[in-house]
Amino acid sequence: MSLIVNAEPDDRLERVTLTDAQKRRQRARSVAIGLALAALVALFYVVTIVKLGSNVATAPM
Amino acid sequence: MAFFDTSPIDRPLDEAWGGDVGDYVALLKPRVMSLVVFTALVGMAVAPGHVHPVIGFAALVAIAVGAGAAGALNMWFDADIDGLMRRTARRPIPAGRLAAGEALAFGLTLAVGAVTFLGLVVNWLSAALLAFTILFYVVVYTMWLKRTTPLNIVIGGLAGALPPMIGWAAVTGSIGLPAVVLVLIIFLWTPPHFWALSLYRSDDYARAGVPMLPVVAGTGVTRRRILAYSIVLALVALAPVALGFAGVSYGVVAALSGAVFVALAWRVYRSGDDARGERAARDLFTFSLLYLFLLFAVLLAEAMGAGLTGVA
Repeated sequence: MSLIVNAEPDDRLERVTLTDAQKRRQRARSVAIGLALAALVALFYVVTIVKLGSNVATAPM
Repeated sequence: MAFFDTSPIDRPLDEAWGGDVGDYVALLKPRVMSLVVFTALVGMAVAPGHVHPVIGFAALVAIAVGAGAAGALNMWFDADIDGLMRRTARRPIPAGRLAAGEALAFGLTLAVGAVTFLGLVVNWLSAALLAFTILFYVVVYTMWLKRTTPLNIVIGGLAGALPPMIGWAAVTGSIGLPAVVLVLIIFLWTPPHFWALSLYRSDDYARAGVPMLPVVAGTGVTRRRILAYSIVLALVALAPVALGFAGVSYGVVAALSGAVFVALAWRVYRSGDDARGERAARDLFTFSLLYLFLLFAVLLAEAMGAGLTGVA
């Protein structure tokens, strides 16, 4: 015979469960954040090149 | 033998957390953002001097994101009254699709990012103006004026009027008289535009406790003020010609569209609180959008034409 005793609530791990619709929205948000970050990387890169311009070649070593 | 149950507790996520991508886009108020970007672009185009197209594009991105951040912070603070008005009840927070805290974090992150980016990439005067615009819209207009005085959109309209000055400052690193005139045009355009809207949405504003002019002072006073502002606006809109930074095409368009604006405002002034009055207010509201777009589109076309032909 076994006896199960519930632990104190603080001792138990709480997990958040997502519905299918929430998982789909989470995925869409992740894709959007990824695209935004990629666009930012591209923008920073191009802006850096423009800002440096020909000074790259003449910068002291 | 006894043992403890250590199985995890599964809880569903609150529906208000984790909205769709479209909800975050809606927080940015895309239509307001497009007007901000357009007027900032015109401010850049009419400014003397030259900016590298990539830097100009980066400046517009920062201004757009800054405007979007201001919109998100506005929706965060106004969620309670947005839920009471038909026009705004479907916004993400009052509709329960997004938590207010998410909008706050989203708006703050974008605001700090946009201002820092503009300062580092373009110049710190334009960044300071963008920061001032966001703060003015969120703190002065949204948090203070909107719920306390019928002058809310008169003074608060400054926030929506500043983008051409930010654009000008991005190119020149200074503030010039033409930029001030462009700001003044939008500043004077804002009250008749929103008062026309509030004439046929006054029940909405009254329900939410927003002291718009028709709610506080009545529709008669509102109609008179709309007419007065429209006349002043139509005259001030000719200033770019007088100051020499706009050409004949602009002058003709400003004069003709200004006359139509005043005629529509006159129709609003002469109408009452009936179906005809509502139609007059709706017509003025719709035309006011076209009017501002026309003025700035012609300015842009003239500036681009001058750039192509090498005329300063």
